[in-house]
Amino acid sequence: MTEYALEVENLRKSFGGHVAVDDVSFSLKPGGSLAIVGESGSGKTTTARMLVGLERPDSGRIRVVGRDRSNAARGKATRLARARELQMVFQDPYLSLDPRVSVAQCVEEPLRLHFGMSPRERRARRDELLERVGLGEREADALPRRLSGGQRQRVAIARALATEPKVLILDEATAALDVSIQAQILDLLAEIRRDTGVGYLFVTHNLALVRHIADDILVLYQGRVVESGPTRDVLAAPEHPYTRLLLHSVPRPGWDPAQIAADRRALATALREARAPSAAAEPARHDPDAAPTRRSVTP
Amino acid sequence: MTTRLLEIENLNVRLAAGRAARPILDGVSLHVERGEAVGLVGESGSGKSVTCRSVLGLLPEGSQAAGSLRVDGEDILTMSSNRLRELRRRDVSMIFQDPRASINPIRRIGDFVTEGMRAGGVPQKDALKRAEELLESVGIREPRAALRSYPHEFSGGMLQRVMIAGALAGGPRLLLADEPTTALDVTTQAEVISIITRLQAERDMGMLFVTHDLELAAAICDRIYVMYAGRIVEAQSAERLFRRPRHPYTSGLLAATPRLESDQPPHGVPGRPVSLAEAPDGCAFAARCAHARPGCTEDEPVQREIDGAQVACLRAEELIHD
Ligand SMILES: Nc1ncnc2c1ncn2[C@@H]1O[C@H](COP(=O)(O)OP(=O)(O)OP(=O)(O)O)[C@@H](O)[C@H]1O
Ligand SMILES: Nc1ncnc2c1ncn2[C@@H]1O[C@H](COP(=O)(O)OP(=O)(O)OP(=O)(O)O)[C@@H](O)[C@H]1O
Ligand code: SF4
Ligand SMILES: [Mg+2]
Ligand SMILES: [Mg+2]
Repeated sequence: MTEYALEVENLRKSFGGHVAVDDVSFSLKPGGSLAIVGESGSGKTTTARMLVGLERPDSGRIRVVGRDRSNAARGKATRLARARELQMVFQDPYLSLDPRVSVAQCVEEPLRLHFGMSPRERRARRDELLERVGLGEREADALPRRLSGGQRQRVAIARALATEPKVLILDEATAALDVSIQAQILDLLAEIRRDTGVGYLFVTHNLALVRHIADDILVLYQGRVVESGPTRDVLAAPEHPYTRLLLHSVPRPGWDPAQIAADRRALATALREARAPSAAAEPARHDPDAAPTRRSVTP
Repeated sequence: MTTRLLEIENLNVRLAAGRAARPILDGVSLHVERGEAVGLVGESGSGKSVTCRSVLGLLPEGSQAAGSLRVDGEDILTMSSNRLRELRRRDVSMIFQDPRASINPIRRIGDFVTEGMRAGGVPQKDALKRAEELLESVGIREPRAALRSYPHEFSGGMLQRVMIAGALAGGPRLLLADEPTTALDVTTQAEVISIITRLQAERDMGMLFVTHDLELAAAICDRIYVMYAGRIVEAQSAERLFRRPRHPYTSGLLAATPRLESDQPPHGVPGRPVSLAEAPDGCAFAARCAHARPGCTEDEPVQREIDGAQVACLRAEELIHD
């Protein structure tokens, strides 16, 4: 049996009466790349936040390299061990970087926290990490506000990589960047994955991006997984009407926004009726060994 | 010859105040005809919003503008403030980049949408009725209740639609849309765009559509202007711009855009975008351009016409991109 870098089973979270994440299951192989896609409010960020412990799931299981982390971490050692394995990069690096701390200190901080390194070893490793993401000495001394958006995102990635995580979660991490810079970051991420074997979990609603960065895709709609499988197959022959709608929504020649708007309303009505309690279907059971390669579609 | 709906000629904007003095726009020229959808694309800081806002006479604080900006032949830069106010109310509307930052949070939605109409002398009752119809047409359910609510009661996507309703309420001849959908997901974006383009066609309204999404610009615009560091570097019909970009920056942008229908992975443009103030002598793109020659850092490229395209690249005649 393969040991997954990340395994999620029947994850569920509600806020008040509203179910934000509903019975979500997926898995990621070591060094794999999975994209979670879906419209705004579909539960992508909530899922990611549960994985890194920023949100407590109501139910479900999360395993990272085989170790269960569904329950809150007890004690500092456990918390640190968990943080090492799974790191997250957010959309706006400006908000996640401390404005008073230089780039160099920012990257050194996790090294100090997680490894018993001498100051000298730490500085060497810091320089290695910064070089890895294409930042030099000049940037190392700077405060975040003096950097461009792309440079700040590089710092966030270097910092996340410092703990040598098994999985890096990127929540719309390139959405705020210009396309010419986004493409640079994507190249960098691909290179890092090749060299270190880190796995990626991309959270995004940009399907064109997904096509080029993710091996597998998971489509969320109103908190539920409606379709999953290898990116290539899902994009070439989407089976769920929502996946099809999402694909048609991507601007390109021949794009018909009026048709998409009409389809969207029709779909919302149809799915609301199909999900009425009397018609509720048994939720699809998750089979971790088969999931990443086999197509699965839920009504 | 009839006058153009919008004609910007050789617009220069610079911040004049003391230490912050620096140029923002350099020789920007563009036009929009009645019923035409025109795209303005370029990376962050290239000057798209400043160009767009200047059409409403909204220049950055402490800045000076030179050149001309004419709406139906009337120059914005020399217009009286009364006439400018009237123009904004009746003829030219703008959808701002960030709805939450540009709608007053403590006023009701109804006040916002009817503002222009009431100022134009439409009785309150008629204005409210018209506002209700407009909210309905931009897909807001329960429009009457919406008129009584406050901005914080709406999601970003809904507020964006409210702003579109407000911008269209006065029946403008020219719509300035500054990244109206950047904050929205793709399906919501399609819905918002369908509303704008429908009204545009129905009313023969001209539109200047600002975006950094080339695919989106190509899908809805007739012609596209590409900006880099405060200057227009290329202008062509949308279809030809995609098929045959003439400026190395445009082809760089196209290559960096991930495509759903292509196996080609996106390629980054090395370096980062510069603002006009940071731009070196010669071509502002030279440091990032794979085709740069020593001469490129000396002479500033002048815009000229090549096969129906306006291009500002010293080597445009010899370079073919595809
Ligand atoms: N802390 C919270 N309290 C209450 N509701 C929340 C909270 N966090 C998320 N939600 C709700 O849960 C749902 C899912 O939100 P989530 O942020 O996961 O969506 P998303 O798919 O990441 O959307 P986006 O693409 O806009 O980032 C939404 O309806 C949201 O309003
Ligand atoms: N009110 C202002 N005061 C001073 N400088 C300004 C002001 N507004 C814009 N600028 C400067 O003018 C330049 C162009 O800015 P502009 O907002 O037009 O860019 P943009 O192309 O709209 O970028 P984005 O895609 O990020 O919206 C930038 O260098 C910016 O810093
Ligand atoms: S002028 Fe020179 S540097 Fe500028 S875009 Fe043309 S070839 Fe490149
Ligand atoms: Mg999110
Ligand atoms: Mg702008």
